[in-house]
Amino acid sequence: MPSSAALGVAPTANAPARRPARRSLSTLPFLAPSVIVLLLWMIVPLAMTLHFSFIRYNLLNPALGGFAGWSNYEFLLTDPALWTALANTLLLVGWVLVITVGLGTLLAVLFDQDFPGRGIARLLVIAPFFVMPTVSALIWKNLMMHPINGVMAFVSRSLGFTPVDWFAEFPLTSVIIIVAWQWLPFALLILLTAIQSLDHEQREAARMDGAGPVSMFVFIILPHLGRAIGVVVMIETIFLLTVFAEILVTTSGGPGLATTNLAFLIYMRALLEFDVGGASAGGVIAIVLANIVAFFLVRAIARNLAT
Amino acid sequence: MANVSLREVRKDYGSFEAIKGVSLDVRDREFVVFVGPSGCGKSTLLRMIAGLESITGGDLEIDGRRMNEVGPADRGLAMVFQSYALYPHMSVADNMAFSLRLAGVPAAERERKVREVAGILQLGPLLHRKPGELSGGQRQRVAIGRAIVRQPKVFLFDEPLSNLDAALRVRMRIELAKLHESLAATMIYVTHDQVEAMTMADKIVVLQGGVIEQVGSPLDLYHHPRNLFVAGFIGSPTMNLLPASVTAVGPATVTVRLATGTEVAVPVLAGPLRPGDAVTLGVRPEHLNLGADGASGVAGEVLVAERLGGATYLHVRAGGGTMLVVQVDGDTPVHVHDRVLVPVDGHRCHLFGADGLALERTGRHPLADVTRAPRPLTH
Ligand SMILES: Nc1ncnc2c1ncn2[C@@H]1O[C@H](COP(=O)(O)OP(=O)(O)OP(=O)(O)O)[C@@H](O)[C@H]1O
Ligand SMILES: [Mg+2]
Repeated sequence: MPSSAALGVAPTANAPARRPARRSLSTLPFLAPSVIVLLLWMIVPLAMTLHFSFIRYNLLNPALGGFAGWSNYEFLLTDPALWTALANTLLLVGWVLVITVGLGTLLAVLFDQDFPGRGIARLLVIAPFFVMPTVSALIWKNLMMHPINGVMAFVSRSLGFTPVDWFAEFPLTSVIIIVAWQWLPFALLILLTAIQSLDHEQREAARMDGAGPVSMFVFIILPHLGRAIGVVVMIETIFLLTVFAEILVTTSGGPGLATTNLAFLIYMRALLEFDVGGASAGGVIAIVLANIVAFFLVRAIARNLAT
Repeated sequence: MANVSLREVRKDYGSFEAIKGVSLDVRDREFVVFVGPSGCGKSTLLRMIAGLESITGGDLEIDGRRMNEVGPADRGLAMVFQSYALYPHMSVADNMAFSLRLAGVPAAERERKVREVAGILQLGPLLHRKPGELSGGQRQRVAIGRAIVRQPKVFLFDEPLSNLDAALRVRMRIELAKLHESLAATMIYVTHDQVEAMTMADKIVVLQGGVIEQVGSPLDLYHHPRNLFVAGFIGSPTMNLLPASVTAVGPATVTVRLATGTEVAVPVLAGPLRPGDAVTLGVRPEHLNLGADGASGVAGEVLVAERLGGATYLHVRAGGGTMLVVQVDGDTPVHVHDRVLVPVDGHRCHLFGADGLALERTGRHPLADVTRAPRPLTH
């Protein structure tokens, strides 16, 4: 009976010192189901990926099979495409981070000021985050950067310049611009709330100490934002390592391999070449890469959070 | 030198008038305290002096120079905030040196000044710590140190002690008073704690609803409150305010009758008062005592006895629904529901007319005009 169970627990209230020990014993069965589900959720796909990466498994050639040893990895690691894809991945992540955090901080400071129409301006600047990646990539491709119909081409033509064929001449830069445009609102949102949480009296104290706008930014606002910037970098990195839709829609990884990142390379192996084994090996390498990045990030941010 | 003067200063927040024309002179090396109930505009007035809040009307002058449009950093003031407002990512030393650093003072000079101030406030061993690693009282001292380092003409404090526990507050109060003397500085201090006001101030400014009710030395306010508000605000427990009616008017006394029938002769100038006029008699609990049986006075029943040890506050219900608080010695053997007799000494009473203003007393209290003599400057 639940009521008698509750009564049986009640006397422990008199002995608070003994409580923690009891709790750690008794809560394990309650934690277990969710821990097990989460573990399965992670372990099963991981194990399958590892398994596939060690067998010969090509959908075009079902007769081929059996244990492949390290050959999938060998093939992949000696493939120059992998290194290009790795470099592209890191370039994409790095530049988008620089642009979104840099611009996001400046915009956050700007949007923290009082100006007429601030509410509408905020809404507009947040809007790109709600547009699906595929849609925003299409918009950029066909409305903004198109060498004939695009707005950018129109502007450069009316200024007397030759329009730039963005995706042919600067393919990776174009993808970076699109992805940065999508993620800027996220950075701005987090940084703006962080700025607004800055203690009012702290700013006033700085003003009385003689801090102008620049010193206020450098000495008061920026250190206060450290934590929020860390969070933005961490979350964005997780998502930016797997950018895919923008590349598929705009350049399909080309020209050549110019915009192929790791996610896109795996897709090419698995679904264009039907090489499940090779794609799985690529997946494992992506996991390793993500963990290396995560290791450094978490260390840097943990230090940041500790202070 | 640091004289601050306010001339008909006002502040509007949209249609709401927070400060409604305040004129005040703060003399060099004076310790001025703003007191008043919550929302009366103390902080607003202080922040207007600091330059953190714009001045809607009137003039603010510091040493004869109009400061209305001068930025907060250039007024030569330093402010200590209620929340301390230390910079959390800077060490104590950096916090204190921040203003010097912004002013372009060389590092060696900064370090020397910070060490000097840290010596005054016993912050030496804490200089390398972050504010998060300090106790409340230590943070408070750092905030004060940050103000001292700037060598301001005037120190502004906005309820600096309200976040500290009672014992620490008493200690910091004494430290602040000492600091005021040793720095020979002008200080303006906001508080709602009247003990702080009474103990530290050279001059108390009582504010209510954005106007000054009275300005004076602590004992001036205590013995000669200008109106009912000041009478009720200064003193703890608050003054007993009893309705009465005038029965006789003499050249230097006014005799009134309380609702209990007791007659009291108060030495005040009657002015336009006539017999039959309704007035309010004010008498402080500490100026009442219990009388022997047979004496004349207000008779009543003790409803509550608050024993503080040294003193006991008796809440006495007298006839006519009159409630009276009497402060008696802590050793008095009085119990709840005892019947007591409270004689009322007219010389200790105040009379307030129907408009709430006090009637002028015939003589001033000998200590009311005593001010702490400013210490002569030794250098
Ligand atoms: N930014 C503002 N906009 C509108 N009204 C304000 C603003 N700041 C203060 N007020 C109003 O001005 C009045 C005075 O406020 P102030 O902060 O000076 O009170 P205070 O005397 O310091 O009170 P407390 O003892 O509670 O700190 C209050 O009624 C408050 O509501
Ligand atoms: Mg206030």
